[in-house]
Amino acid sequence: MTAELGHFALILAFVVSIMQGVLPLVGAQRGQQQWIALARPAAQTQFMLLAISFACLAQSFLANDFSVAYVANHSNTQLPTLYQFSAVWGGHEGSLLLWVLMLAGWGAAVSVASRQLPDVMVARVLAVLGLVGIGLLAFILFTSNPFDRMLPAAAEGRDLNPLLQDPGLIYHPPLLYMGYVGLSVAFAFAIAALISGRLDAAWARWSRPWTTAAWVFLTFGIALGSWWAYYELGWGGWWFWDPVENASFMPWLVATALIHSLAVTEKRGAFKNWTVLLAIAAFSLSLLGTFLVRSGVLTSVHAFATDPKRGVFILALLVVVVGGSLALFAWRAPKVSAGGNFGLVSRETMLLMNNVLLVVATGSVLLGTLYPLLIDALGMGKLSVGPPYFNAVFVPVMVPLLLLMAVGPLANWKHADLKAIARRLRVSMVLAVIAGIALPLLMGAWTPLTALSSLLAVWIAASGVFQIIDRMKTGKPPAAFWGMQVAHLGIAVFVIGVAMVGGYQEEKDVRMEPGDTVKVGGYGFRLIGVKEAPGPNYRASVGTVELSKDGRVLKMMYPEKRKYFSSEMPMTEAAIDAGFTRDVYVSLGEPLDNTGAWSVRVYYKPFVDWIWGGCLLMGLGGFIAMLDRRYRLRVKASAGVQGGVPA
Amino acid sequence: MKRFLIPLGVFIVLVIFLAVGLTLNPRDVPSPLKDKPAPAFTLPQLAAADKSFSPADMKGQVWLFNVWASWCVSCRQEHPLLVSFAKDGKVPVVGLNYKDQGVDAKNWLAKFGDPYLLSAVDADGRVGIDYGVYGVPETYVIDKAGVIRLKHTGPITPESLQKQILPLVAELSK
Amino acid sequence: MKLRTLLLCCGLLFAGAAMAKEAAPMAADLEVEKRMVAISEELRCLVCQNESLSGSHAELAQDLRREIRKMIADGKTDKEILDFMVERYGDFVRYRPPMKPTTWLLWGGPFLLLAGGVGALILFLRRRARDNAAPVLSEEERRRAAALLDQTKP
Repeated sequence: MTAELGHFALILAFVVSIMQGVLPLVGAQRGQQQWIALARPAAQTQFMLLAISFACLAQSFLANDFSVAYVANHSNTQLPTLYQFSAVWGGHEGSLLLWVLMLAGWGAAVSVASRQLPDVMVARVLAVLGLVGIGLLAFILFTSNPFDRMLPAAAEGRDLNPLLQDPGLIYHPPLLYMGYVGLSVAFAFAIAALISGRLDAAWARWSRPWTTAAWVFLTFGIALGSWWAYYELGWGGWWFWDPVENASFMPWLVATALIHSLAVTEKRGAFKNWTVLLAIAAFSLSLLGTFLVRSGVLTSVHAFATDPKRGVFILALLVVVVGGSLALFAWRAPKVSAGGNFGLVSRETMLLMNNVLLVVATGSVLLGTLYPLLIDALGMGKLSVGPPYFNAVFVPVMVPLLLLMAVGPLANWKHADLKAIARRLRVSMVLAVIAGIALPLLMGAWTPLTALSSLLAVWIAASGVFQIIDRMKTGKPPAAFWGMQVAHLGIAVFVIGVAMVGGYQEEKDVRMEPGDTVKVGGYGFRLIGVKEAPGPNYRASVGTVELSKDGRVLKMMYPEKRKYFSSEMPMTEAAIDAGFTRDVYVSLGEPLDNTGAWSVRVYYKPFVDWIWGGCLLMGLGGFIAMLDRRYRLRVKASAGVQGGVPA
Repeated sequence: MKRFLIPLGVFIVLVIFLAVGLTLNPRDVPSPLKDKPAPAFTLPQLAAADKSFSPADMKGQVWLFNVWASWCVSCRQEHPLLVSFAKDGKVPVVGLNYKDQGVDAKNWLAKFGDPYLLSAVDADGRVGIDYGVYGVPETYVIDKAGVIRLKHTGPITPESLQKQILPLVAELSK
Repeated sequence: MKLRTLLLCCGLLFAGAAMAKEAAPMAADLEVEKRMVAISEELRCLVCQNESLSGSHAELAQDLRREIRKMIADGKTDKEILDFMVERYGDFVRYRPPMKPTTWLLWGGPFLLLAGGVGALILFLRRRARDNAAPVLSEEERRRAAALLDQTKP
């Protein structure tokens, strides 16, 4: 009964989304107030219906209703309750329901937090969100229904993939989807602006907090995914340039360009067409990512069970949404005015350079991800493009961007004085060079890569500190300023993390009998023993390892090797001692011969947590910037006059 | 203002490639061994360990080289097809028993039928590596001169038998 | 605290009994191992969805890693080992796409994009500066303007 209720709610939501997508849009064109007024209630109703549908699916999982095919395929009576809940989004159908629930959630949020925007604009924005919702809901209802029954019902479920039975599943997809889907709001604002023909600084100011919010979620979502892979997979890697990882990274790069571009459009009224194009591109890349993950065109560890039929549907959705919006862009963009003038050396130019570099980086990642498909489609064979390519190509593009990061905030709008900027950056440059020489040596070995990374990180961090000192002299800086500083500092921290762990990590793969010791990175490890321990739906071998440094015992670590009842593959649960300056990582391999010996891997990873710490700071910076007072100012003037900012 | 059409143009090209991509299988890896001589080896036979087999023994005939193992589940799927194919007697099928135990292999053949002229035993998989084996079962069609003409990965289906293997064999036998 | 002490005691007892020692590396030769890992990170595990040969647990991956160790011990160069793999499994097995006519666009693409992007930026800035620049007056026009301005002076 619950499944039928959920299904019914889904169908109702589909009907509401048709109303939400069509009526306010037509009403806005024709000036029909009643239809315009429909937008907000429609968005809220859609959210409530989808919340009900989602709750029904969750209930089916929690009640072990194996007559629902999706539940039977992804759950099990012995699965811990928390994972029974998060298994809702552990497969294709359920994760799509989460996707569309979040779309409705963002729509409802816009409907509630937009009192200062003109109703006509809100109507258009919500209508665009409704149109996207029609496509997704149609996709779910016609090809990927999570409520499909299977009769006779299975006696027991197939269990959730053991790799997913982890807290990571609880946080990573929801955060990631909030980001992906949140970019639809920026997209909707852009389309609304193109339709209305009113593309001005006010539009940019309204769009910014929503875009930043989506960016913050995406940042946290990607960072969490990376951290999850690190502690779950057992070999300490944290980024593999896998097609699905790239599918989340590309919207992030474009969204970063977008939040910088929106700053210019808001402050100077410039780059309007470019900003709109970026907003369309960011969400298009989200949709492209959805396509790549679910259609089977690329091999990936993350891909859902794939079906080309589904791929055709999503491709059609892509053509309608992206093709339609780009056609609209081509039609309306020429009519948009150019905006404020600025000199060759100015903050505008530097932000444009920031955008160019980010877009080139995105293009490179897209090229590498799709190239195998391109070559195969042209009948020219089969190729693989993996980490060696992406690392070789991505890093050189990022270096100029990192250099620019310290310079940009110091440049004045419209016309900047390069000499004055250089003077202000003198000390930072000296500190950066010293860091480039000293830090690698302190870590143990000087290499060009670690030197360059140290230089860039200190360059960014030091210039940030000086900017703060200078700015505090003239009063209390706004939240936007603090947000920028924290986010940029986050990047410096991230760079240090990546460089140090890449350059100085140590690992040993050894054969250990109980009592044996091994030393790595200055730490000592002694295997005390390995014993069997049962789990709710698995059997585990739990090792006890004593961690010591300089002869002093620090703590015990308990790496595990698990065999889930439902799967052939043994799973490793590494034992990690996380610290501010390093992680110590122990992973149990296989039992060897019959002497009670095991193969064990021990790792010393300096500064690895700075990778995700940096991402955390970036997201925090974005969050702080969002809180800036000016986004909460009510526009008291009547329609036609916007906040005094020239259009 | 034609330049505003560029993004749309780029997108259309992308969509075309993605659409073509939907018809392809990214896991289907063509073999670089096509039209190259079958790598040489000498391995003991499953039925008689004192006798050996080498691809050169089959020169002058068109033959099928099928990689199989008793632990391989998909092999059971294609096996009936191979047995009936071998019954026709047109083209000999030589097996490569890949990373298997002799006893298990013999029992498996006894249970499911033996379509093979003989099976060579590749205990450590070294010959499999030379033949680019990565997914058992795999089947090669080798011509009279000992050149590999086709590598079929995965179990043979009635369709692949009718549409690819039989026509090729007929062509090569002329 | 008590449990830790207990565990420690057991551990020490056990250790004493088993003649505790410095653990031996799994690899027979560490130099060979380092090279093998570096090479296998460049290669794809063909039976996996998308993992490198170095990290994969699959049996074929273990066999191929064993092969690579053997080849290193035989004195083969990195290039010879990679060629060995490509001969048998095709270009698909390499994660670093080889430089051939079919991959010129791939390797050159990012740098073309960068050059193109920067070039487009410069063109855009130049055109914008030109379009928005103050109009240049001829001598005749300048004198007329000056005369007009003089007229308006008080």
